[in-house]
Amino acid sequence: MKYIDEFRDRAKAETLVVEINRLIEKIAPPAPLAIMEVCGGHTHSIFRYGIEGMLPPEIELVHGPGCPVCVLPMGRIDDCLAIADRSEVILTTFGDAMRVPGSRGSLLQAKAAGADIRMVYSPMDALALARKNPDRELVFFGLGFETTMPSTALTVLQAEREGIRNFSVFCNHITIVPTIKAILDSPGLHIDAFLGPGHVSMVTGISPYHFIADYYRRPFVIAGFEPLDVLQSIWMVLKQIAEGRCQVENQYGRVVPEKGNIPALAAVARVYELREFFEWRGLGSIDQSGVRFREEYAAFDAERKFTVPNVKVADPSVCQCGEVLKGAIKPWQCRVFGTACTPENPLGALMVSSEGACAAYFQYGGVPKRVPEHA
Amino acid sequence: MCLGIPGQIVRIDDEENLLATVDVCGVRRKVNIACIVEDGEPIAACIGVWVLVHVGFAMARIDEDEAIETLRMLEELAEMQDELRAMSEPDPAQAAE
Repeated sequence: MKYIDEFRDRAKAETLVVEINRLIEKIAPPAPLAIMEVCGGHTHSIFRYGIEGMLPPEIELVHGPGCPVCVLPMGRIDDCLAIADRSEVILTTFGDAMRVPGSRGSLLQAKAAGADIRMVYSPMDALALARKNPDRELVFFGLGFETTMPSTALTVLQAEREGIRNFSVFCNHITIVPTIKAILDSPGLHIDAFLGPGHVSMVTGISPYHFIADYYRRPFVIAGFEPLDVLQSIWMVLKQIAEGRCQVENQYGRVVPEKGNIPALAAVARVYELREFFEWRGLGSIDQSGVRFREEYAAFDAERKFTVPNVKVADPSVCQCGEVLKGAIKPWQCRVFGTACTPENPLGALMVSSEGACAAYFQYGGVPKRVPEHA
Repeated sequence: MCLGIPGQIVRIDDEENLLATVDVCGVRRKVNIACIVEDGEPIAACIGVWVLVHVGFAMARIDEDEAIETLRMLEELAEMQDELRAMSEPDPAQAAE
């Protein structure tokens, strides 16, 4: 496959590993360097290709909060189920969201119990269902970071153009920058550098991240998702550390333009506005980290069209998702990892999506040979 | 959901709604190309363009030159390593003495 196979080349990966080791020798860090990959897509690649095992012990990869399915709080799933319970509603969403547990089960369980819930590949497929079923209310459970935000916005704009009235979105889109800031401000949590989210950045461009390098003084390298991309990005991070630089660099130039995607950003700005705050599973409430529909698009807002309970539900007390999300513990150090919480029966959201750190550890046998030391 | 996949635009299906068919490893699917159409360029010019597809939307044009540049840089790194390795090997002339 073009643009994929050439970025999985073993010889080039070995070259990069040699360079990474050379730089680590030069830096000689007193404690392992904590490099956080912000995006769940990177977490998935790191496990799928066994990248952790190729790296010297002086590098610790910390798996960040960038899996939109994993950070959805239970209360939002409950609200979604309340909408799906209505007999006139057909609820649609991406496959990843089907198994996220709410306090009274997941969408998949509600579907088995008779609710009309359907999996779609694209929000445009949900709109097509609205056209086909004019006597039903079609609700799309929209979630994701800036990567998927434009697709939902463009679908709503298309519905507006066609005058489709039986289509709305339960909007759970979130934005990554306030969350990185929350992590950087989190006491007792030290991250030395970041691998930046490639596909979020393809939409936002690279300017939103400058404060991380300029103000927080951390190297930030926007990374692609193939193994060579991830390794090269780690190498670029180390090069910055070795040379005493803190910059935003773009390893994924073939996909990420400096200015981002202008039409996508225009659609996002037209349809959404920032919420004052949004609740994240495991991380709590983060200011201005989510979006909702602007007043002009209220007719497409499922939260305004239907009443939702909007109840805050605490995560199961045995779950340690929050600590894993912040990188404070490794997935396998959670007290229910692989026992009460498995991909088949997830208790915590990190076990649900293939982009979640726990599911990745579980699926690819990620319990490492070396145990990082904890103070 | 967040993993995109590269594909090539093979046909424009609906100019007004900016829908095109993309070939992803032999699988063909209709996608929205509103985000990658360039101002002042005829839509037909998108045929043959490689894009990254996310949930039914082409979200970026893939820049071939940038892809080649990344790989070229890695090749240079490998050449440098070979050179260093060759330098650190004992000189055969001296070894023969």
